[in-house]
Amino acid sequence: MSQKTDIAPEVFQYMPDEREVLKVKVNLPQSKIDTIDRICESFDNDPGELINVLHEAQHEFGYLPAEVQDVIAHNLKIPVAQVYGVVTFYTYFTMVPKGEFPISICTGTACYVRGAEKVLEEFKKELNLKVGETTPDGKFSINCLRCVGACGLAPVVLVGERVYGRVSPDGVKNILDEYRK
Amino acid sequence: MIKLTIDNKTIEVEPGTTILKAARQAGIEIPTLCHFEMCDMGIENKPGGCRICVVEVEGRRNLAPSCITEAQNGMVINTHNIRVLNARKTVLKLIISDHPFDCLVCAKSGHCELQHLATQFGIRSLPYEGEQSHYRKDTSPSIIRDVDKCIMCRRCEMVCNEVQTVGALSAVNRGFMAVVAPAFEMNLENSPCTYCGQCVSVCPTGALTEVDHSNEVIRALSNPKKTVVVQTAPAVRAALGEEFGLEPGTLVTGKLVAALRRLGFDYVFDTDFSADLTIMEEGTELLNRIKGHLAGDPNVRIPLLTSCCPGWVNFFEHNFPDLLDVPSSAKSPQQMFGAIAKSYFADKIGVNRKDMIVVSIMPCLAKKYECQRDEFKVDGNPDVDYSISTRELAALIKQANIDFLELPDEDYDDPLGESSGAGVIFGNTGGVIEAACRTAYELYTGKTLDKVEFSELRGMEGIRSATVDFDGLELNIGIAHGLGNARKLLDEVRAGKSQYHAIEIMACPGGCISGGGQPYTHLKEEVLMKRTAALYTEDERKTIRKSHENPSIIKLYKEYLGEPGSHRAHSLLHTEYFPKSNEVTITLNNH
Repeated sequence: MSQKTDIAPEVFQYMPDEREVLKVKVNLPQSKIDTIDRICESFDNDPGELINVLHEAQHEFGYLPAEVQDVIAHNLKIPVAQVYGVVTFYTYFTMVPKGEFPISICTGTACYVRGAEKVLEEFKKELNLKVGETTPDGKFSINCLRCVGACGLAPVVLVGERVYGRVSPDGVKNILDEYRK
Repeated sequence: MIKLTIDNKTIEVEPGTTILKAARQAGIEIPTLCHFEMCDMGIENKPGGCRICVVEVEGRRNLAPSCITEAQNGMVINTHNIRVLNARKTVLKLIISDHPFDCLVCAKSGHCELQHLATQFGIRSLPYEGEQSHYRKDTSPSIIRDVDKCIMCRRCEMVCNEVQTVGALSAVNRGFMAVVAPAFEMNLENSPCTYCGQCVSVCPTGALTEVDHSNEVIRALSNPKKTVVVQTAPAVRAALGEEFGLEPGTLVTGKLVAALRRLGFDYVFDTDFSADLTIMEEGTELLNRIKGHLAGDPNVRIPLLTSCCPGWVNFFEHNFPDLLDVPSSAKSPQQMFGAIAKSYFADKIGVNRKDMIVVSIMPCLAKKYECQRDEFKVDGNPDVDYSISTRELAALIKQANIDFLELPDEDYDDPLGESSGAGVIFGNTGGVIEAACRTAYELYTGKTLDKVEFSELRGMEGIRSATVDFDGLELNIGIAHGLGNARKLLDEVRAGKSQYHAIEIMACPGGCISGGGQPYTHLKEEVLMKRTAALYTEDERKTIRKSHENPSIIKLYKEYLGEPGSHRAHSLLHTEYFPKSNEVTITLNNH
């Protein structure tokens, strides 16, 4: 691993494109690299354990930013493109830090047929977010999940660990207000 | 052995054989799309993803993908009944349903496997309508990614990761959003891509194509103020004919020269000439290093690695930045040619380098990147202005309405068109080191070779080694083609375990003859074998077969360069390498 220093993310180049493309160079502090090294070593740096390593790393950091994936790729001796491929395949993994109050809307079959889609739309509208994003103040993030085993309460929404049942679009604002204080 | 029936034919195959292979052994063709294999090179891609190759197995409820289903004893298989044909049609229509309809202007038109299948299956209407992919186009110095045309066969991913071990491309995201992309969906230019172009060679559609520089060439040719000089790489002459319907392996050297003259190039020269020049410089460097090594000089790096291949240079700059002093400092033949054309030759004909345009015809896409590198420019003016592929040249010849097959055979111009057989075989794996041995042997021993061929250096195995006897001095030679094989030899060098004095490396499997800019082979291995044989034939036909005996090379040293490795030779013909940053660069994009 090349020497990395503890500095803040630095935007160094802006490339005009029809879509917004921004190159960002980010460095990790040594302590975080040590943490990743430890996680990888606990799985013998085995590339077959990639998913477990990512799982553990996300548990540690809360999300999987590019530079964390880069260190993992280096340790497991696999291309970082492959690590990114796995991270983007599983919805569980995220490259965006989750909000202080992560909101999960169940879109499993039972919740879906009972209107989860409309509840989700309401959350998106209320917070001005897309699925997988976090509000600029870091307070809320939205994600979808499949079935929490509470189909009798469908549609179900989780905020953090707390479960809300039989949520209607009209109730969304009330839920958010509880956390907005 | 396993006995089964395919289309009423009873056949026997080895256990473990897929239905597809069994059928092909029996002469029954099953269409495929994502699958491909090149047995002799151990290359195989069978994700079983596209389902074009489905067949009916009696007693089985669903149709079976033949490329990944093993033949079993007693199987009765129908490969072309109505159920199978309808299923294939449906599959194809679904694949096409989110494919762009710009076939008329697509760079892959006429060579697209998806287009071929649509023709073969008689698709005349599309019942499925839905979302279309709109991903940004990614243009690098050599390769364009237009993933809207990607059908997720993942051939490029397999070649990039398993054959080349470059690891630039991977399938990312999920479902409809899935694309093959570099890490963090950054542009290819920021990824560890070496521009070897093997992904372009295997892509069935227009998702991966070369950056086309032929318009720049046309503009240069139509500018009366410019002297336009062209060089042709060795491997081009063994493949260009394929674009005009000739048998693979047909040598078209004379017609190639004639076509370039008719296109309007002022001077038609040969990269084989500068390949000879490369041997003079690289061979001298090899002998000097070996002499130093034998004398116990601790500063001498052994083995010497060849440096003709720009894909390979990119690869070691990315992956072995700690070993940058191991490769030869000699420039590639393309760049040596440019440097000599814009100095020695420009002086000779009294043309300012700014008024000279040097075009190269290359089997390679990495050459496009190479000629744009800053160290190959003088005051911003590149030694080689444009590099176009064999395919782009064929397109130019067709555009100019030249009847290629009726062209007479013509000779290259002097002086940069004269070459030896050693220069010709540069296009084959093992060819560069064989050429080097021919010259180094005679310079080192002072004797004449009885037999110029070093057959021990030839062949198609991914990694080969041979010991060449230099009159008592035993030289261990290593050869690798394909970057995955190169990586193995480089890991040995890094670990200090390499037994070789010299290693030749070419990025593409088979060498330049299968470069990313060559006519599409549609993955037929025998095409590569025939091209290889053609270059060895061209070598045999030459009267001069050793680089140091090329009269124009001798004259160049006498008139201009002095000795190999002289000060002037160094400044014109040698280069240095730079570590390529592998730091993470993220491309944030909204698509």
